[in-house]
Amino acid sequence: MDQLKAPDMSASEPLDPLEIPDLAPGCMSASKPYVAAPEFQKALGFPGELVENWQEVAIDKMAELRGKYRSFRVFLDSCVKCGACTDKCHYFLGTGDPKNMPVTRQDLLRQVYRRHFTLAGKYVPWLVGAKDLTQEVLDDWYSYFHQCSECRRCSVFCPIGIDTAEITLAAREIMDSIGKGQKYSNEIIGKVFKIGNNLGLPPKALKATLEDLEEEVMEDTGVAVHFPLDEKGVDILLITPSADFFAEPHVAGLVGYAKVFHQAGARWTMSSYASEAANFGLFIGSYENMREISLRIRKAAEDLGVKRIVFGECGHAWRVAYSFLNTLAGPFDFLDQRYPIPQHICEYTYDLIKRGKLKFDKSKNDHIRLTFHDSCNVARGASMGGKPGGQFDIPRAILRASCNHFYDMAPDTIKESTFCCGGGGGLLTDDLMELRKKGAQPRMRALQQVAEEHGVTHMAAICAICKTQFSKVLPMYGFDMEAIVGVHQMVSNAIVLDRVEGGSVKAEGNEE
Amino acid sequence: MLTAVYALLFYVAAAVLAGGLGFRIWEYARTPAPLKIPIPPAPTTRSGVVLRILREVVLFAAVFKANKWIWLLGWVFHAALLIVLLRHLRYFTAPVWDWVVAIQPFGVYAGFAMVAGLIGLWARRFLVPRIRYISAPSDHLMLALLVGIAGSGLLMKYLAHTDIVALKSFFLGLMFLDWQPLPQNPVLLVHLGLVAALMIIFPFSKLLHGPGLFFSPTLNQVDNARERRHLANWARGLEAGRQ
Repeated sequence: MDQLKAPDMSASEPLDPLEIPDLAPGCMSASKPYVAAPEFQKALGFPGELVENWQEVAIDKMAELRGKYRSFRVFLDSCVKCGACTDKCHYFLGTGDPKNMPVTRQDLLRQVYRRHFTLAGKYVPWLVGAKDLTQEVLDDWYSYFHQCSECRRCSVFCPIGIDTAEITLAAREIMDSIGKGQKYSNEIIGKVFKIGNNLGLPPKALKATLEDLEEEVMEDTGVAVHFPLDEKGVDILLITPSADFFAEPHVAGLVGYAKVFHQAGARWTMSSYASEAANFGLFIGSYENMREISLRIRKAAEDLGVKRIVFGECGHAWRVAYSFLNTLAGPFDFLDQRYPIPQHICEYTYDLIKRGKLKFDKSKNDHIRLTFHDSCNVARGASMGGKPGGQFDIPRAILRASCNHFYDMAPDTIKESTFCCGGGGGLLTDDLMELRKKGAQPRMRALQQVAEEHGVTHMAAICAICKTQFSKVLPMYGFDMEAIVGVHQMVSNAIVLDRVEGGSVKAEGNEE
Repeated sequence: MLTAVYALLFYVAAAVLAGGLGFRIWEYARTPAPLKIPIPPAPTTRSGVVLRILREVVLFAAVFKANKWIWLLGWVFHAALLIVLLRHLRYFTAPVWDWVVAIQPFGVYAGFAMVAGLIGLWARRFLVPRIRYISAPSDHLMLALLVGIAGSGLLMKYLAHTDIVALKSFFLGLMFLDWQPLPQNPVLLVHLGLVAALMIIFPFSKLLHGPGLFFSPTLNQVDNARERRHLANWARGLEAGRQ
């Protein structure tokens, strides 16, 4: 692994986040995550280790996916190699490895698909670049399909809408099916099934953590803000990433949600059974695992008898919640149909702001000059507020309501063109640290630009993975690790808690 | 003899093109998209989706965002190809429709624009290292084929003129099963041979991006997952096991 050196910050001009590197073939071929141990593979219904006839099993799986996913079939058939995507991936921009160009990444799978499922690939493989599934190809798969964070930036620029994430998901599912799964994601999914969250935090520990938080907030503000767990018969079930329970800066966001609920007089709870918003079933492309995890949320909502489900700040969790939850675990006819099902905490807070129910003392955030990092899964896998672009406007509106100094980064690096933080899609593991650092480069350069131009000191995000990843990589690029904050952390700093005990904001349908 | 060979060739080519494309479209249509995966800017209504697809088909909006050179060359090529194809309708219709007559003069410029676009795209496959890296032999051959078709066409227009009246009766003859002799012009034979080859290759190649675009779930889905439950048939099977 390379030395993790911070770039030369003495350079007067900030570097261009979109600068295209020279090709450096093979420079990242050694980057690969640890393989999942047999016990974790088996827990998810996958073979423990590489099966004997793995080529055959992989091709069978490919045939199955080809029948189950139109995306897989259409995307593998339709690429014209126009090159529009070649400079769009943050891992390519950060490493220069041509196999990190989206089209090349797809081709790793497409070459085998062509060999087995197309006429030209069967009879004239050399002409169309078709290849047999050899050990070498499998090694490439394992390496480079774990250098894609499934962020979908490339798909925005593709004339056919080819989404490399769909190909990565399929490749990971194929690898799982032959016994070559990734340790990080598969181990975490196992923990969710066993304990209820990614961190393996048991209910007792969770309860204790939340009690500590209540005390802390009491000390800070003198207000009794509650963090209820497993309370039956309340209105709102909050599903939030487990990192929010104690990781920094995540926990400050959780305090923010609790303050908003408190100020609104909402009756809400968290669940120890579904104490996780994250759904790593997405990362490994497993519909079945993603569905199992989603059903836990449904069960928690049913058991607790709530009327609404609200999600905390977690990027891919919001993609699964917004785009897939209804499919995987619906229909939610037992919930209050006047509200979006599910709802994002930003939608919830924004609605209160619009109705004038929240007051902010923006000066509390005056030490902060802020920018916003659109988390990839929220930006390109979901929406908010019921209108296109709501996922961009609503978090920004909340930030502008809670602080005085807000500046966006370069237009090519935000909103639908946002860069992944470098650690998404199941890559937030120490064994991929070099990749994570290099993949963060475009975002870090864009941040350096606004730091230079507008004196920006902090960057907000609404994703647990972004927060953890940036805490780690910001120092490598010359920033303070605390420069990453949550949107509801900003809310928490500035919100005025003046609700008289017993009063509550009247429940109202979302106006969207 | 040559007439018979070319007549049969075009019957086969037309059958392969129509049958092959029909089969692909049937395959795409019956394969479910089990999850909602639209990419932004994702329309929330069906008519929004129609507009979005139109924008991509007519303007190449995504490529415009991605890379101005690829957009310019690609768009010019496709637009020119369309005009050229429409212009060729005059060989298959009698009497020739008025609007086909009206676009004839543009068709000539379109022929040159098409070649220019193709050569630009081809040059990028050599000159831009990233695009050189992703190009397979078939990508070069496809461009060669198209340049060959366009080039031989222009050659006939300006240098090696052919008897287009006889050519028209050949094609009308094919259509109405009343074979007429094909003019024995070598450039024409090359032109027609390459066109037939392109028709045959179409359903087995990356030219499937044409129909593919319309079936791309990222482009053709409505962003309404929260409001409407979207469930694939195979996923319905999993529902049965739910408590």
